Amino acid sequence: MKALSISNLKKEYAGGLQALKGIDLEVQRGDFFALLGPNGAGKSTTIGIISSLVTKTSGQVKILDIDIDENHSLAKKKLGVVGQEVNFNQFEKVGDIIRNQAGYYGLSFKEARENAKHYMRKLDIWDKRNEQARKLSGGMKRRVMVAKALVNNPELLILDEPTAGVDIELRRSLWDFLTEINENGTTIILTTHYLEEAERLCRNIAIIDCGEIVENTSMQELLTRLEVETFVFDLTSPLEKLPETTRFNMVLENPSRLKVTIEKGQGLNSVFNSLSELGIEISSMRNETGRLEELFLGLVDSNLNDTK
Amino acid sequence: MTPTEQYRALLTILYKEIHRFMRIWTQTLIPPAIMIMLYFVIFGTLIGKRIGQMGGFDYMQFMIPGLIMMSVISNSYSNVVSSFFGQKFARSIEELLITPLPHYLILLGWILGGVARGLLVGAIVTFVSLWFYDLSVDNWALSIFVVVTTSILFSLGGFLNALFAESFDDISIVPTFIMQPLIYLGGVFYSIQLLPSFWQTVSLANPILYMINAFRYSILGSSDLEALGFSISYAIFMIIGFILLLGSLCLWFLHKGRGIRS
Repeated sequence: MKALSISNLKKEYAGGLQALKGIDLEVQRGDFFALLGPNGAGKSTTIGIISSLVTKTSGQVKILDIDIDENHSLAKKKLGVVGQEVNFNQFEKVGDIIRNQAGYYGLSFKEARENAKHYMRKLDIWDKRNEQARKLSGGMKRRVMVAKALVNNPELLILDEPTAGVDIELRRSLWDFLTEINENGTTIILTTHYLEEAERLCRNIAIIDCGEIVENTSMQELLTRLEVETFVFDLTSPLEKLPETTRFNMVLENPSRLKVTIEKGQGLNSVFNSLSELGIEISSMRNETGRLEELFLGLVDSNLNDTK
Repeated sequence: MTPTEQYRALLTILYKEIHRFMRIWTQTLIPPAIMIMLYFVIFGTLIGKRIGQMGGFDYMQFMIPGLIMMSVISNSYSNVVSSFFGQKFARSIEELLITPLPHYLILLGWILGGVARGLLVGAIVTFVSLWFYDLSVDNWALSIFVVVTTSILFSLGGFLNALFAESFDDISIVPTFIMQPLIYLGGVFYSIQLLPSFWQTVSLANPILYMINAFRYSILGSSDLEALGFSISYAIFMIIGFILLLGSLCLWFLHKGRGIRS
């Protein structure tokens, strides 16, 4: 069963802007799926249409094989959405916000209270349940958004940049939480600008640009397409001058930092061997950019050139 | 959604709406009480004594049903328009739009919220008026019917205004430039029989005149309507007709996503 099935989805805003040019997308049940794209690519419009915040121009959307036009109510029961911006009444108490959201789905008072309690505890906001939401930090508000989206126990959870602007500690705790609920069977669709987040969490990926899906594959398959990778090495002893070698493309950024670009098929072992032969000792290393980031930029740039 | 789920969802919206206006009771419940008290002191006690009789009743007695109705109308309207537009403005309306809630339930929830505040303020004003005048009610059933249906009607008006409003200025234009003049010229403070015949005819085009007079009739047992050749059932028909019209418009615009979906 597919958790989400989109076919030939188009959206033209008043004024003529074509935000979606007939996209097709399928997300399997149980998947952790990344929907990536630059700003204005059509990600939020797609999510808006799935969640009924945006009216589609044409096309079909099915949530767990239920057409949102034919059985809107049933389809929406299966869905939870974490929007990009805070979208709750900030003058209400945290507990009320989450319990009310459960009430809108028709849960009984007891169920609403229990679900709200469960997710507030899971997301470490139980202590804040009697506080007005406006008094919370940005990160705490994000947690409230996630708890609110989960309070009806949705089978499909869509998160539109859930970790934007939050500190690394919260980001990592959210990653762990999302991984846990995904392992428990919830299908997750994630949009994010933090590509390492998508690389770390998601099994499948679609990249949308200028209203079109430019890539739709598994994360593993996509990463194998990476032709070159650049690593930054921190050196134990500073170098005055870059030693001559033809095996790799090396740049001495400063006396203590060496940048090496290796091609697909060249293992890291050969880099270490070469550096060792040249008498260069390394204290630490890292990727210059995320692997997914390099691929993403390549795909988006080539699509931009094609459309010019 | 099953009927039980719909009922729970409706109760949630209603609870939230009542909780909202009760939380800000100093802005929603106290000002109407103070305003009405001032009306009673100035127009009832000080000026009213010099006016004497109006429409066959003491001036204060004549004025009370109009003032109650004025409070019900303006509070029902302002509750819905400010609450719904506020949710649109803060984007918290998205909380509801992403759920399985049908449109009619969203509308009904807000209307019930508006009616709850309208009736509560109406009750406060009635209570205040009892300090100034020993009021008796001629027809309880009719008075409750008229006040509830009028509250529903103006809650619908507020909802429609909120759907179209794009700024806070837009939610004050209709109350300031349309509703307040119609309420004040609808016979709250005077009998339209005092007007020259031309202005009496003009006044008959004011729908609020029928609501105020229907309520006055239910309290006092007499109003301008019969004197001008209109029956109370005509006023009731008019209120119900407007409810059906505005209710249909609200549902239509909700369905089209006017002001709430891009």
